[in-house]
Amino acid sequence: MKRELTCIVCPKGCQLTVELEGKEIISISGHTCKRGEDYARTECTAPMRTVTTTAAIIGGGVVPVKTDRVIPKELMFECMKEINKARVSPDAKLGDVVVENVLGTGANVVTTRNAKI
Amino acid sequence: MKSVDLVIVGGGPAGMSAAVAAYDAGIKDILILERDKSLGGILRQCIHNGFGLHRFKEELTGPEYAYRYEIQVKERNIPFKTETMVLDISEDKVVTAMNSTDGMFQIKAKAIILAMGCRERPKGALNIAGTRPAGIFTAGTAQKFVNMDGYMPGKKVVILGSGDIGLIMARRMTLEGAEVKAVCELMPYSGGLARNIEQCLNDFGIPLMLSHTVVEIHGKERVEGVTIAKVDDRRRPIPETKQYIECDTLLLSCGLLPENELTRAAGISIDRITSGAVVDENRQTDIEGVFACGNVLHVHDLVDYVSEESDIAGKAAARYIKGENAAALPCTVELETDGRVRYTVPQRIVGKEDVTVYFRVADVFRDIKITVRDGERVIISKKKQKVAPGEMETVKITKDMLASLEGNKLTFSIE
Repeated sequence: MKRELTCIVCPKGCQLTVELEGKEIISISGHTCKRGEDYARTECTAPMRTVTTTAAIIGGGVVPVKTDRVIPKELMFECMKEINKARVSPDAKLGDVVVENVLGTGANVVTTRNAKI
Repeated sequence: MKSVDLVIVGGGPAGMSAAVAAYDAGIKDILILERDKSLGGILRQCIHNGFGLHRFKEELTGPEYAYRYEIQVKERNIPFKTETMVLDISEDKVVTAMNSTDGMFQIKAKAIILAMGCRERPKGALNIAGTRPAGIFTAGTAQKFVNMDGYMPGKKVVILGSGDIGLIMARRMTLEGAEVKAVCELMPYSGGLARNIEQCLNDFGIPLMLSHTVVEIHGKERVEGVTIAKVDDRRRPIPETKQYIECDTLLLSCGLLPENELTRAAGISIDRITSGAVVDENRQTDIEGVFACGNVLHVHDLVDYVSEESDIAGKAAARYIKGENAAALPCTVELETDGRVRYTVPQRIVGKEDVTVYFRVADVFRDIKITVRDGERVIISKKKQKVAPGEMETVKITKDMLASLEGNKLTFSIE
């Protein structure tokens, strides 16, 4: 079986072709870098994504946050629920952890700017 | 009147990079004027990742990318005024601005960098039939509501236009619990990046309906639905293909327009295609000492390229202030296009050094050659598997090529 993918690693968006036999990857083509090849491999076995959203600041307002590494794609909505439960200090600085080891994925949810502008 | 060496209009990524570049090139007397509450520009609301891969070799979110530059501005103690609106720029480089503490004030600048960014095409420019209820937003306005203010603008969403902001908002609204029913695109291809179609639409099973548009908006107080239809190859709706989609929100992602009111009022020539100033490779406009960079000059795909361009403008402005740019260099080479290449930036080359020329194509073309000609002579021929309007292309004109030119124009074409 052949699977056509669009690489999401960088804005170039290479068109990748992965040849599969069952779950086994026979060949990968179309990538122009090592990261593209890695993407094709994980995308066909266990797709991963970064989640970016906002978290509520205690006392009002929101601060942007992200998972500091990719998490399994199917956990994106569960991850959103965890982040929506969190409350961030108004003194939080860029990079502060909002949710540690979210859903046991090994990824921390961290702020991407200071809570105070 | 107060005088400053370099006034920068706009404190987004373009203004900040230009300021840092000019400072590092020896110009310390700088003032950045920013309309919003803080530096950072549109990146402040672009909370998704994917920025900085070229510039910082890592994947950053918009606020993180902006912060990298904000720190550089602050470390250098480059002065800036926020919540300050520039009202006018005169031909002799007097900047008129106002804010609530200084009132109205004027500054005489030796050089000015225009870095005002761009705006979204609003609904008034789209001529959609039907009512005008609440619930119609540009994608960027919705992005501000969700990401900056923490409000959801609606629950059932149709998006018109598949520009990157529309795609990003399709994912954002979905993650926040809204149902995005469709993204309609008038053209037979998307204007957004391929990766965004994958990770923002395909990941969530949101249909991308190419060659489709919204032909009518329904609802009195609030949007109740939209009628969409397929369009023919001349972009006219086909009546038999009409279908009704129930929704409470319509987001518009139908293109960005450089914000050049100040530029026009100053009498600077504007390129009909880019809607930005006509510039040389230093990003100098046809008023000596006035430079432009970033999305005010032409809309970029990536902020990384905005930073790159703004570096060029910042350094060139510094050279100009120090008197190193011999005034009024004769225009040596005009860059022209065949229509399949829509525009180039810069539009002219005045120096003798290597120049990277940025350009966009008018349509999707496959297995083509990008060709640059000096009269009949081909000086560059570059094979490409695919080019698309949504993805900016570059070619490098080397100093050797410039030195050996026979004519005074270069023609860019797709063959």
